[in-house]
Order: sequence, then structure tokens, then C-alpha cells
Amino acid sequence: MTAIIVDGRSIPAEPGTTVAAALLNAGIWSFRTSVSGEPRGPLCGMGICHECRVTIDGVAHRRGCLEPVADQMVVVTNA
Amino acid sequence: MTHTASPDAIVVGAGIVGAACAAALAGEGMRVLVLEAGIAGGGTTAAGMGHLVVMDDSPAQLALTAWSVRLWREMAPFLPPPAEWDPCGTLWVAEDAAQMAAVHAKAALYRSAGIRSEVLDAAALAAAEPRLRPGLAGALLVPDDAVLYPPGAALHLVRAAREAGGAIEVREGARVDAIEAGAVSSGGERLAAAVIVNAAGAAAPRLTPDLPVVPRKGHLVITDRAPGFCRHQLVELGYLTSAHASTGDSVAFNVQPRRTGQVLIGSSRELAGWDAAVNRGIVRRMLRRAAGFMPGLGALSAIRVWTGFRPATADSLPLIGPWERTPGCWIAAGHEGLGITTAPATARLLADLIAGRTPAIDPAPFAPSRARAA
Amino acid sequence: MPDAAGPVADVAVIGAGPAGLAAACLAAERGASVVMLDEAAEPGGQIWRHRPGDDVPVLARRWLARVERSGAARLAGATVVDVDSSGNAGTPFRLLAERGGRVVTMGARCLVVATGARERWIPFPGWTLPGVVGIGGAQALLKSGAATAIAGRRVVIAGSGPLLLPVAASLVAAGARILEIAEQAPLPAVLAFAAGLWREPSTLLQALRYQLRLLRPRSSFGTWPVRADGTSHLQSVTLGDGRSTRMVACDLLCTGFGLVPNIELAALLGCELDRGTVRVGDLQETTVAGVFCAGEPTGVGGVDLSLAEGEIAGVAAATLAGAEGGTAGDGARQALHATARADREVAVAMGRRWRLRARARRMDRAFAPRPELRTLATPGTIVCRCEDVRLDALQPGWSPRQAKLYARAGMGPCQGRVCGPALELLFGWAPGTVRPPLAPARVSTLLAAEAPASPAAGAS
Repeated sequence: MTAIIVDGRSIPAEPGTTVAAALLNAGIWSFRTSVSGEPRGPLCGMGICHECRVTIDGVAHRRGCLEPVADQMVVVTNA
Repeated sequence: MTHTASPDAIVVGAGIVGAACAAALAGEGMRVLVLEAGIAGGGTTAAGMGHLVVMDDSPAQLALTAWSVRLWREMAPFLPPPAEWDPCGTLWVAEDAAQMAAVHAKAALYRSAGIRSEVLDAAALAAAEPRLRPGLAGALLVPDDAVLYPPGAALHLVRAAREAGGAIEVREGARVDAIEAGAVSSGGERLAAAVIVNAAGAAAPRLTPDLPVVPRKGHLVITDRAPGFCRHQLVELGYLTSAHASTGDSVAFNVQPRRTGQVLIGSSRELAGWDAAVNRGIVRRMLRRAAGFMPGLGALSAIRVWTGFRPATADSLPLIGPWERTPGCWIAAGHEGLGITTAPATARLLADLIAGRTPAIDPAPFAPSRARAA
Repeated sequence: MPDAAGPVADVAVIGAGPAGLAAACLAAERGASVVMLDEAAEPGGQIWRHRPGDDVPVLARRWLARVERSGAARLAGATVVDVDSSGNAGTPFRLLAERGGRVVTMGARCLVVATGARERWIPFPGWTLPGVVGIGGAQALLKSGAATAIAGRRVVIAGSGPLLLPVAASLVAAGARILEIAEQAPLPAVLAFAAGLWREPSTLLQALRYQLRLLRPRSSFGTWPVRADGTSHLQSVTLGDGRSTRMVACDLLCTGFGLVPNIELAALLGCELDRGTVRVGDLQETTVAGVFCAGEPTGVGGVDLSLAEGEIAGVAAATLAGAEGGTAGDGARQALHATARADREVAVAMGRRWRLRARARRMDRAFAPRPELRTLATPGTIVCRCEDVRLDALQPGWSPRQAKLYARAGMGPCQGRVCGPALELLFGWAPGTVRPPLAPARVSTLLAAEAPASPAAGAS
């Protein structure tokens, strides 16, 4: 088991899972705040809809559903 | 609408220049019919970055842009959110000592023209825009410049004129095939009016043969939201004088913060006929130029690239005034990259000329009949 | 910085779903150098999505093993952001991709576009709430490791198409409680389609029938989601059948109304389209020389059809890439047809393709979205999720370009892939021009790409 840092909190993540799956498994369903301030989470799960955008290791707008987790990866939601 | 059955004026083109002209003529009490081949603000206007910027490559350009930016600022409190008005000011960025000397000269010129500006040294520039690369010499800050979203602003101009009691009808999808004395033909229909204004942007020479305007293609790139990435419109000092001076393909550093938090990256100029396809080589050069000034741009997410055609003239001044060869025909075209900036002043100037008043600035440099261009 | 010269493949296959796998496989088996690019970490596309070590269906296992043996190279986790087709005769296509934060460029003599499909969503109030996911979306998230998140959830599946049942089955297997499966199509239409299916050999229906008999969720036909409610997360969905509505408390709603072909890459290349699908000939050739297309982009038809089309496209692309004197022109075209048609596997695949296309057409009819779905969105419903454009910001008389220019619909990072098909259904708006980048790309990617290594290019 590896761990990723989500909004400053360490959460466990199984290697081979995506960031989106890891967040959902940790009970995080709101990944980003929309233009008008609504919480949003994954819709398509396959890189199309961009609703699961999070900041990963300092890079904004990464699609959580496409990025495999890496140990100590730093993820920021609702940036 | 009954009034358009016999309009006093027909404006060809509902871009920002056409919209401003229609609004100004309606303000004169004329009944105005605007004929737009595509959609309002969707042609040349949509190819613009939306900068409202004082430019000084010639005294005439300075007079027109300074006046027009002032007019925009007067309208600013009434602009609706879709117009995305942002009074961010412009930073003219100098790379070295020689350009810094030009910055001081520009400051002096602006002072004499009554335009606020402030010279920033290297440290002040770095503080104002921390994401610019280190080692730049400084900049001229022009705080009264602004940016807006051109299609949104064009729609507003028409709407505002109508709300003020003006009689304007805009017909979209109404392609004009020819302009003649006192009439236009559109889709087999002949529409008459005492005043015909050709404000068809890059398409203007198609309707007024021999009009010295050529389409110059430009590319723009917009990023996903990155709020606070930059705070001012940033332009390299040599924007027109060196970067876009050649008649060949050129790129220049020009980056804008948008109200949405997005970053708009320009600019390029290319003589490529009417081929609207994205030229990847030009996009690469343009982005390299931009990233050379702001290395952090590289990490931003580019979501869209588009192209458009700007109506260019040889002396970089628009054509505003009568087209003597066709009685009753007036020109408001050839603004290239300054159509958004100069739309309000263009409209005022044209309305003054049509009404027979003395305009606020000398119209001679803009006369369409001046030396053959492009 | 990218490898400026980049490798040049005979055939680049974009997409590693069934169509892409089959194309890559058969092209490589016929001696072509093949590179397959795909966004996912593991091959298989959406239908065979898996993580290393996961169990996959027999058919998938067979193809994954075969592609492994075939010698086709695979670039996993690569998002193709641009394909430039202005190259020289030797390397007509240059691909630009992002992969793990790095830039990949490569050349290709032929392309097989196997970009699959995405779900169609129809906006209804509350569809933007966290906890409302796609039907395929739920499946994809589950397969990418979200089992813990799914376990114990109270789930409603409401939408349309043959995905509803298999997804229900896999969610149950992950420990979810399926409260209801609501199919918008009327029962007779679905039954008529299903009756035809019993004659089909390679479907999962047997297994499904078994699983569903076990779990016995409430199933309703002619029923659709009317609204979803919740504050920061889904709390309930209201289902309706046109006569009455009822609220079902749940914390996961899977919704989607069939599939939309991903035609953007083909459109960028200039391939002719036909009602939202890529027009192809007998050998899966598009209207652009050197470009083949297989699977869902030519018309949604499922795994078996994708495989058949992929096999044909793979052989055809390998044949054309090996043609003397370039891939364009009549000579190459004639050689392509003569050689590829003589291929035994192509002949077999063509027979299957004919039958499967007929089935796909029946499926389209059976699950056609009913007119009521066009009226689910209320004035305040967000239709463009990227830019939060509400329905009442749009005028029905507009063109899609007006919606974009005046209201920002489709201006966001999904580039209209979600709202485009929805607005097409609502207003009849056809999709607009496709320009690079095909997906949001870092500025550094777009500026780093090298121009095609052609003397004629001569730029910069």
C-alpha cells in the first residue's frame, strides 16, 4: 500500500489505482469547485469530461481519472 | 420592424466596428439596418484579443487610440458582465537598455498627450509581474488601458443603443453581395439607404473593390483558468515597430489576463490568403516567444487555439471616411489589430463626418482615399 | 524536450480498445512496424479496462496476449493532442502526445483511428452533483480501483442502452446495493432487440441473465431520471415515466443515454463525417489517404464489431504502409484493395462486420432517446458543466457557434465533448470545427513539437 497526500492529509492508495479512485475510496467525492462555485466530482471516469481535475504535484488541471497514484504524490482538490 | 423597410443607413458588418457605427448613427436619429453575413461579433471581432490600448506608432494612431480608450472608459460602468471588462492596464516590457530608452521616450510622448503612464525599473517590473523572466530591463505601465471580450462588447453596443431609443435592426446571416451608390444587394434583394457603411472587417475589400485592405491571419491560444498568473496585459515593447513590422510572418509576445482567470496568448501575423487552418509552425513560434518572456506559461494548460483574419492596411491606420467612387458609401474598415480599441472613436469620427461636423481629431490620416496601401 | 526526430512507424494506432488492439495486432502480424497509443495505463479500452493482475474476459485475454506476441509497440498513458497531416510522402503524419508529463512526437505512414466512444448525457436538474456519474463512468472508476468507494452504496442506474445490466452486475459484485435499474426505452422495444440477440454467439447475456436473476433489482422500462437532489452530494433521484414520479433515496446515481463516437481526431485529419460518424469504405479507409478508422467512431456497435473492423483496418493499413512509392495516389489505392481483399482474415472479418452492423442498427432503434428527455432540463439547469452555462443562457435559434461565443457553452476544457451531444439532442446543434489541441495540452507541449522533417516545410 502506498499513500498520497490529499489536501495535506495522508490517505492510503493501492498501487495501480488512479488518483480519482483513491480519492473516492477515501470518501472524497468533490474534486473541484466549478466556475459558479458548485462542488463537482468524476462523471465519465475516462478522461473525457474533465470534472475530476485536481492539482497533482503542483500542476493544476490534471485529470484524476487518468493519473495513476504514486507514493507521496501531493494532490490538491478544489483549488 | 417597420423602420427597416426604409432605413436611413445600412451598416454592413455587425462586428465591433459595425456595431459601434450603427449605435453612433442611431444616436444621430437615423434608422439603421445592420446586415451581417455571419453572426454578430463572430468574424474579425472574434479574432481580436480584446485589448484597449493606446498605441503611438504614428501621431494619428496615438490620437485615435487615446480618444477611443477614453470613450471605452466612459462606457465601462455600463458594460455588462459578458463584455468582461478588465481595467488591467498595459505593461510595455523592455528587454534591454536600448528598449528602456524607448520606454522613457514613450513616457514623455504619453505625458504630452495627457495619457497617464509610469516607468517601472527592473525591480518594479518583477514586483508587478513576478512571472516574467528575470533580467528584463523594465517597462512602461499604462494604467488606463484595459481588456474586454470583443463579441460580448459588440452585442452590448447594439443593445445599449437600442435601449437609448435608437432604431437598429441587426440581420444575421444576411450576406451583402455588392455595395453601390445608395444601395446594397443582399441575397437577391436590393436595399436602399442614403448612407451605406462598409464595416465588413477583413471582408470589406470584397464589397468595395480596390479598398486597400488585405486579410492578415492571426492565431490565439487560450489556457484553462490560472487566476492571478498575470495582472496586466503584457506586450513586448517592439510589438509593432519590430515584431510585427515585417510584411512576412511574425510573432510577438502579448499575454492577457482574462476576467475568467484564463490567460490569452498572442500574437501572430501572417499573410496566408483566406486559409483559416491552424498553422502549427506559427503557433510554436508564438508560444516560444511568449514563454521566452514568461517561462511559467509552459506549465499552463492550453485548451483552445483559433485563427482569424485582421484587415490590414499598409500604414497600419484604419480607413474611416467617404469612399468617393461610390456616392453615399462610407468606409469603417482596415483596423487590423486595433479594431476593438478604436471602434468607439471610429464610430464617432464617422458619425461626425456623415453629419458634416468637425470631428474631434483630424480625419485626414484615415481618409480611405489616401495613398494606396498594403 | 522531445526526441526531435522521433520514431517513424508504418502504422500508428490511436486507441487500445478492441478495435485498436485488433488493428495493431493484424498490422504487426503482417510485418508492419506498429505503435499503439492509448490514454490508459493498460490496454483494453473502456470495455476491457483492467489493472495489472485483474481478471479479464476470455476474449480480452486472447487479444491482449495476441497483441503482446504480435510485436506491436504500445505507448500507454499517452494523450494524443495533435496529428499533423501536412508531412512529406515518406512520413505523412506526425503525432504529438503527452505522456506522464513528457512530450512524445512520432511519425507514421498510416493511421488507424480507434478512438472509441464516450457516454451521452442528457442534462436534468441535479445531474452535476457529486455522486451522479456515468454508467460507463461508474464501471471505469470501479475498474480503476474505486471498489471501496462503491461498496455499500445505494445505487440507482437510470439511463439507456445495453450497458445498464453489465454495469449493474459489476457494481453488485463490488458490494453495491442496486435499488433500481431504469431504462428509458419502452419494454417492447428492448424485448424486440434482445430477442434478436439470442442468435448472437459472443455476448455476455448468459452470464448476465444468471447474475440478474440472483440480484433481482427493481427494473423499470420507459422510466427516466427527472431530477437529482442533494446539497453537496447526491441524496435522491426522482424517476418518472411521463405519468407519475417517485423519489428514490440513494447515494450513487449512474446515468447515461447511449454512446457518442469519438470522431474528433478523424475530423481534425479532415476525414468526411456522416451524421456524427466517420465515413469509411470496405477496408475501413476514410476519405483521407492513409487514414483508417475502426470501432465506435464509424458507428457504435460494440466489441465484436469493433474487433472485426479493427482486423480489417489493421491489414489494410499494413498493406498501404508497405506500398511502393507512398501511401497516396491511385496506384497505392489499387494495390491496397487487391492485396487486402485477398487476405483470408479480412474476408472472414468482412462477413462478421456485415451481420454486426445490422445488429448495431437494431440497437440504435431500440434505445433511441425518447422525446421527453429533451425537456428534462429546466431554465436553471447547467448544460455546459465546464463553464456552468445554464439552459436559460442559450437561445434555441442560435447556432452552436453563437452559444459558444455569446454564452461560453463548449468553451471549457472538455471542448464541448459533454455539452455538445446534449445540445445536439436539445436543439439540433451540429458540432463545430475541430482544431488542435485535441485535448487540453500544456503550453510547453505545443511549443516543443517539431515541425515535420520535410524540406518543403522550411518554417522558422
